Amino acid sequence: MSETLILSKRWGKPNSAALETYRQDGGYAALDKALGMEPGAIVDEVKKSNLRGRGGAGFATGLKWTFLPKDVRPRYLTVNGDESEPGTFKDRYILEHDPHMLVEGIAITCYALDIHRAFVYIRGEFAKQARSLEKAIADARAAGIIGPRLLGKKDFDLEIVVHRGAGAYICGEESALLESLEGKKGYPRLKPPFPAVSGLWAKPTIINNVETIANIPWIIANGGEAFAALGVGKSGGTRLFGVSGHVNRPGVYEKPVAYNLKKLIMEDAGGVVGGRKIKAVIPGGSSSPVLTADEIDISLEFDAVKAAGSMSGSGGVMVFDESTCMVRVLSRISKFYAEESCGQCTPCREGTSWMEGIVHKIESGHATVADVAKLEQISGNILGMTICALGDAAAMPVQSFLKKFKHEFLQHAEEHRCPYGDHGWGLEQSSRAARVGAITY
Amino acid sequence: MTKPASVGAVEELPREKIEHFDRELQAILKRYPPDRKAAAMLPALRLGQEVFGYASPAVQRLCADRLGVSAARAEEVATFYVMFHTEPVGAHVVEVCTNVSCSLCGGERIFEYLKKKLALANGQTTRDGRITVREVECLGSCGTAPAMLVDEEMYERLDVQKVEQIVGGLK
Repeated sequence: MSETLILSKRWGKPNSAALETYRQDGGYAALDKALGMEPGAIVDEVKKSNLRGRGGAGFATGLKWTFLPKDVRPRYLTVNGDESEPGTFKDRYILEHDPHMLVEGIAITCYALDIHRAFVYIRGEFAKQARSLEKAIADARAAGIIGPRLLGKKDFDLEIVVHRGAGAYICGEESALLESLEGKKGYPRLKPPFPAVSGLWAKPTIINNVETIANIPWIIANGGEAFAALGVGKSGGTRLFGVSGHVNRPGVYEKPVAYNLKKLIMEDAGGVVGGRKIKAVIPGGSSSPVLTADEIDISLEFDAVKAAGSMSGSGGVMVFDESTCMVRVLSRISKFYAEESCGQCTPCREGTSWMEGIVHKIESGHATVADVAKLEQISGNILGMTICALGDAAAMPVQSFLKKFKHEFLQHAEEHRCPYGDHGWGLEQSSRAARVGAITY
Repeated sequence: MTKPASVGAVEELPREKIEHFDRELQAILKRYPPDRKAAAMLPALRLGQEVFGYASPAVQRLCADRLGVSAARAEEVATFYVMFHTEPVGAHVVEVCTNVSCSLCGGERIFEYLKKKLALANGQTTRDGRITVREVECLGSCGTAPAMLVDEEMYERLDVQKVEQIVGGLK
């Protein structure tokens, strides 16, 4: 059976990012179809598709769209391309290789929701990807696809603006993203009100991930039911899974939402380097709780990963072989969250730095067994105590590493050294050819 | 916009560069609703950094003035985001990711190598003002790790030899 590819099927084709090739491959036909539909019917198709947000939370997209208050205008669409969760690297390839798919998805979404201005927030480090999308928007505008009329036939003014970030993980959090878009530092807002009610400039705002919106043209072209049929239960479609770390073929693999995690690692990504065994897997970006080797024979569907005690999150799968020091890994993860805490809430601002300090102390052999207990206690004082999810994102790895690999932490504390010496990151530390759709990097 | 800067410190910036900045800023402002100029703070600071070399306090005040917000707003934005340099940097900025996926493929080793080769600590600039080296967080290149940015352009699937070549080729 050939697998259905929605998002990555054109990656690797010559000039895949160009308007001309996109149109040759049937691009903008879904927008044409959408323009012949009632806006409400488009929302219904998306609801039927069981599309769930691809940014990390997995919230039902169609349902989110219905949260917009009926009579307030203007409304805004904000597309989240901040892609900063360690282990996540998928949206960038949509922007690079098929930006018109995103432009078409934005146009359909805006038409369905009566939105006339959309912002695409792209992390500052993605200069190339921002250029690629800006060109696609300019070309679509020059060709009369967007602008005062959609596809030159429907009076519907649509402006799409690329807004680049400037290096702040927190701006991937939707309310911090809005602050950043308003030209401020990225301090998350208290919710409620949710952005759909009061978002950008206090106006109703829908925020969807790049990958989420890129699915919209296919859903309209093929129907919501066809999309739902690719998945299971309340999760439809395919997803872009990024596999990194100690695998033979890292890269981005488009698979049905309920694809098996072990199969993704052992077959698609070519198994573990050097024929070594898996020690651990982080299944959905660095904030998702770690799984041990015998916990990975599971479906990657959001609820299935949740049932296994973790999160499918952003689809970023990180693989660690048996030669990796888990204290070293947590030390780096904790450093990341301490660095990226915005500083607004005390438990996170102080707690992330304390956790970083203690994990580092354990890793460098200067800690005692009591420090391991203290680490556990601090993480518990952050979880659920902050405005946004960054505090949780910092605490969850700490708690899961301690739960599943406590013996490694205790061994460091008891022996006052790292048992892995200079090889904390594993025996093999070199780059390997990556597969991104049909492209080899 | 031709109105002169209303804040004293902007006077320390070269006039012709301010004019250049103002011209470019006009194009940026078109992207935002006319009554929402403040939204352009990030692109304005980025532009200021390009035109004047770094986001100095004077550049921050210039941005604040042109966008009609307080200087404090510009400063808090400039100091919040890591891609804004509020201190002078070298002619080239080399930023190495040492986050998990990169370090599993040698990212940390590459960063250590670069610091040693250039005799710099994290964030420092070579004495001739040519190269600044710093450690950065995940660049979203985990599949093609290790990765680094040189002057904001991405280099991927690195090893020490490649880094040697890229950094050695910087003028």
